[in-house]
Amino acid sequence: MSYDAVLAETVGIRGHGDDLVEAYTARPMAPGPRGGVIVIHHMPGFDRATKEIVRRFAVTGYDAICVNLYSREAPGAEPDDAAATARAQGGVPDERFVGDARAAARWLRDLPTSNGRVGTIGYCSGGRQAFLTAVEVDVQAAVDCYGAFVVGRPPEGFPLQVAPLAHRVPEVAAPLLGLFGNEDAHPSPAQVDELEKLLQENGKSVEFHRYDGAGHAFFAVDRPAYRPEAAVDGWRHIEAFFATHLGA
Amino acid sequence: MCTYSTEKVEVERSSAKGPAGWFPLRTATVYYDHPVHAPDDHTVNIDFLNPDQGPGARVAVELSLDTARELIAALQTTVDRAKDH
Repeated sequence: MSYDAVLAETVGIRGHGDDLVEAYTARPMAPGPRGGVIVIHHMPGFDRATKEIVRRFAVTGYDAICVNLYSREAPGAEPDDAAATARAQGGVPDERFVGDARAAARWLRDLPTSNGRVGTIGYCSGGRQAFLTAVEVDVQAAVDCYGAFVVGRPPEGFPLQVAPLAHRVPEVAAPLLGLFGNEDAHPSPAQVDELEKLLQENGKSVEFHRYDGAGHAFFAVDRPAYRPEAAVDGWRHIEAFFATHLGA
Repeated sequence: MCTYSTEKVEVERSSAKGPAGWFPLRTATVYYDHPVHAPDDHTVNIDFLNPDQGPGARVAVELSLDTARELIAALQTTVDRAKDH
């Protein structure tokens, strides 16, 4: 029998602009050193499914944290109300997100268990933000799960603040793992191909996997989009990728 | 929720009833995206909001495409009839 325990709790951290923002963390109750993982929640927000993902990384052996990116718009609100409020206000500005991601990386590295290595993973809108983290934040690995608008431009008149990031590809400073569904429209398979090509042309470390029969949000176990085969295989790649890049 | 598709409407002289009772509406957002609760991959979602009263001042619906079409027709019929009153 081996001891298997994690500590999971809500904490406050100082994010962008020194704002106090809510975050959820899970860490193994065992000595380090070990890597850290910044989980970036999907557009529906800082919800139960996201917290389960944070705990999963702790069980896998990492210190993990997820910042509630809607803390400022909707402190203390139900996740769906917070997501609706953030959407109505135009979404999360990139600059503010980057400030929060830097704070999360710092928080992880300040833990006594840290080995100094931090990775990130984001789902949906968080996939695009994981790419942005690989550009703007000191991380050693980044996982983009079906993030839209890394390449490709939102339609005219879009009220949300989601500018494409393709021009930042040369600045990507961490290996990137991408997991995508071939039935997804945002990002489309053609956009996934374009991003992969851009990364390769710029000499970046890139590993993309595409799944037939899966669309957007195929990791979401509480939604009809869930595709067990794609999700199980995707998790296998995530665990191998982080083991390679976040190990001691 | 990565279609990101969102239409926003300023709402005047209108009200909605939420968990804490009636409240005046300020905005509505309409978007085709993943629902929180309805049993489809994508639905037409409407959030009726009053940001002045916080994120909880919200009435939300998640409609199947067929239901949304029927609702559009019903709204159109009702609005057309209003001129006769």
